[in-house]
Amino acid sequence: MTALAPRAHELGIVGCHTCGSACSADLPRCPRCGSPLHRRKPDSLARTWAFLIAALILYIPSNVLPVMYTSMLGRGEASTILHGVVEFWKSGSWDIALLIFIASVAVPSTKFLVLGTLLVTVQRRSTWARQQRARLYRFVELIGYWSMLDVVVVALVSALVQFHLLGTAEPRLGIVFFGLVVVLTMCAAMSFDPRLIWDDADGSE
Amino acid sequence: MSEQNRPTDAPPSPVPPVPVVRRPRWNVGLIWLVPVVAALIGIGMVAHNWASEGPSVEISFITAEGLEAGKTQVKYKDVVIGLVDSIRLAKDRTHIIARVKLDKAASSFATTDSRFWVVRPRFGTTGVTGIGTLLSGAYIGADVGVSSDVSKSFIGLERPPAVIHGSPGRRFVLRAADIGSLDIGSPVYYRRIQVGRVVSYELDKDGKQMKVDVFVDAPYDRYVTVSSRFWNASGVDLNLDASGLKLSTQSLATVIAGGVAFQSPPGPRDATPAAEDAEFVLFDDLQTAMAPPDGEPEYLQMRFEQSLRGLGVGAQVDFRGIVVGRVVSIDLDYEADKQSFPLIVGVVIYPQRFGRAGEKIAQLGKDESDKNTRMAAFVKPLIAHGLRAQARVGNLLTGQLYIALDFMPNAPKTEFDASARPVQMPTVPGSFDQLQEQMTGIVEKLGKIPFESIGKHLDSTIVQLDKTLRQVNDSTLPQFNATLAGAQGTLGSAQQAVSANSPMQQSLAQTLAEMQRAARSLRALTDYLGVHPESLLRGKPVDPALRDAPEKNSKGNPP
Repeated sequence: MTALAPRAHELGIVGCHTCGSACSADLPRCPRCGSPLHRRKPDSLARTWAFLIAALILYIPSNVLPVMYTSMLGRGEASTILHGVVEFWKSGSWDIALLIFIASVAVPSTKFLVLGTLLVTVQRRSTWARQQRARLYRFVELIGYWSMLDVVVVALVSALVQFHLLGTAEPRLGIVFFGLVVVLTMCAAMSFDPRLIWDDADGSE
Repeated sequence: MSEQNRPTDAPPSPVPPVPVVRRPRWNVGLIWLVPVVAALIGIGMVAHNWASEGPSVEISFITAEGLEAGKTQVKYKDVVIGLVDSIRLAKDRTHIIARVKLDKAASSFATTDSRFWVVRPRFGTTGVTGIGTLLSGAYIGADVGVSSDVSKSFIGLERPPAVIHGSPGRRFVLRAADIGSLDIGSPVYYRRIQVGRVVSYELDKDGKQMKVDVFVDAPYDRYVTVSSRFWNASGVDLNLDASGLKLSTQSLATVIAGGVAFQSPPGPRDATPAAEDAEFVLFDDLQTAMAPPDGEPEYLQMRFEQSLRGLGVGAQVDFRGIVVGRVVSIDLDYEADKQSFPLIVGVVIYPQRFGRAGEKIAQLGKDESDKNTRMAAFVKPLIAHGLRAQARVGNLLTGQLYIALDFMPNAPKTEFDASARPVQMPTVPGSFDQLQEQMTGIVEKLGKIPFESIGKHLDSTIVQLDKTLRQVNDSTLPQFNATLAGAQGTLGSAQQAVSANSPMQQSLAQTLAEMQRAARSLRALTDYLGVHPESLLRGKPVDPALRDAPEKNSKGNPP
């Protein structure tokens, strides 16, 4: 691939992170928008790792703790995410169950896996399946915020279902953790620099 | 920084100098605070959870109805103190075991005398409880005792306890023949105020008596004295016996819910408050409760040859108008040699009901140890003297019978077997039966009268009579009429004869006048004769009056 085109650093050019302007690598700031210029995102790997690990840690309580407390006619019940999925599946609403499962379980897990894979491969300066990895990264960025679906659902239901004795829904601590997980994975995805995928094993930073 | 310094430090050039970017070393590590904080939160939560985790106990219930693992709460005074963790069947499948995770603060509930029960909606005669659980689902109620011995497994109560530990008041034990309509939670009344409730009941080990635990709240518990009497105030006491129909009730609530009432019998009594767990007898009704104690009953047996329709178990045994016992059994027997079915009636007699007589009887036979022998020895001379049992009608309307013990001087002599056990009391047929027999005899005699032939004879007689009458009509009556006419004529002439101006009357009047004159002359004659009786012999003298008169005149009348 290196044969195809010269690399930016070979030409002494650095792309601005903010406005995308190609600047001279010598400039400390973008002459157009004034933001600091970096050849790569600074401390990309360390930040991504940190966010990812924090998200992983918080993912445990977000799944163990109940996310929502619903009470119908005085009969209250606190349910975790997986519990809700199982309940919906059992009651026959497999479509909703699937939706919640994808948004709340599959997407965060995919993000952990993908980001982990990307980080490991980048650190090893692996040249394996670079194009696919780059696509994978864009995919992760795209789906990242869809995990907020769960948080939004809980927020909406809690706000709307307030009929006191007939039925109430209250958010529980788990949803906070889940929200943090989503935010942290998004931060991790943002702090990852996909260009690192393309850096050669011999390429210097 | 370097950018700011650039215009002054560096000479102007088309290519700016390579900036020296210095990163502080902590900048790298700062991002790692994020996972560290996350980890700390996680650890903190785990630690908190671990710290707040109380003991885990196992409670067995007959059924897991209403219980759900992970949902059913354990509450004490409506405060959640734990959660059912898991529910499983016991190995022998006779009950279920609910594992309950108690809160740290509720670890004192894991002691030996704690009680657990399932609070479900209950619709009982004493009211509705647990209505809140109708919608919210069942929960496990808890009550803690005073013990500090740790226990991890409990047997759940099937019903909520009537008394929560630590309630002020006292518990008493009542012994009853049966439970009546009492139930756990049935009220206890004192002068018709509810002062407590039935806590539990159980059958004695020998199955002959009920043991009923009642709890009387403070301050009413002090009214339970050593001499208090408890009675069953359950429902409507409808009593139909030889003394008529009786209906009594404690209060309207007890009609439905049943209840126990207590009171001290009238008169000066020992007013010492009864001790906790003191035992009392639960009487069937107020009357028996207030009656003086009956003492040990004596058993007697009687044989009746006639029907005892109307005699029931519980019927009174009466001695000279005093109820001294009751019928406890009525059995049919069969005697092959006589081809008869005698009725064997068992009665119990309470000697204390005989009052002073009973005391004297007790004095008589106190040297005899066996009470049956004593009884036999006592009744033998009385039977010789005519003591018999008799089934009598107590209520003509209902035909209820009672057993009367009385002296029948003309009762047939019977052999009293003093060795028979139980003691046999000879009987005589009831007065009503005798009456019935006499009536039957009369009816039989009436039946023997030949009404048919009498009727026939009567019929022919009437025919004869009819003929006779016709004859009378035809022949006799006209003659009779003629006779009557003749008689009338005779009477008419008779009347004429005696009428006022008939010649007969006139001649009669003349005759009478003649008679009168004759009588007058006769009187003159008798008067004359009275003066001149000699005239009968000499005849009538010459008129003396004429002779004497001149003399008299000459002498008497001087010229």
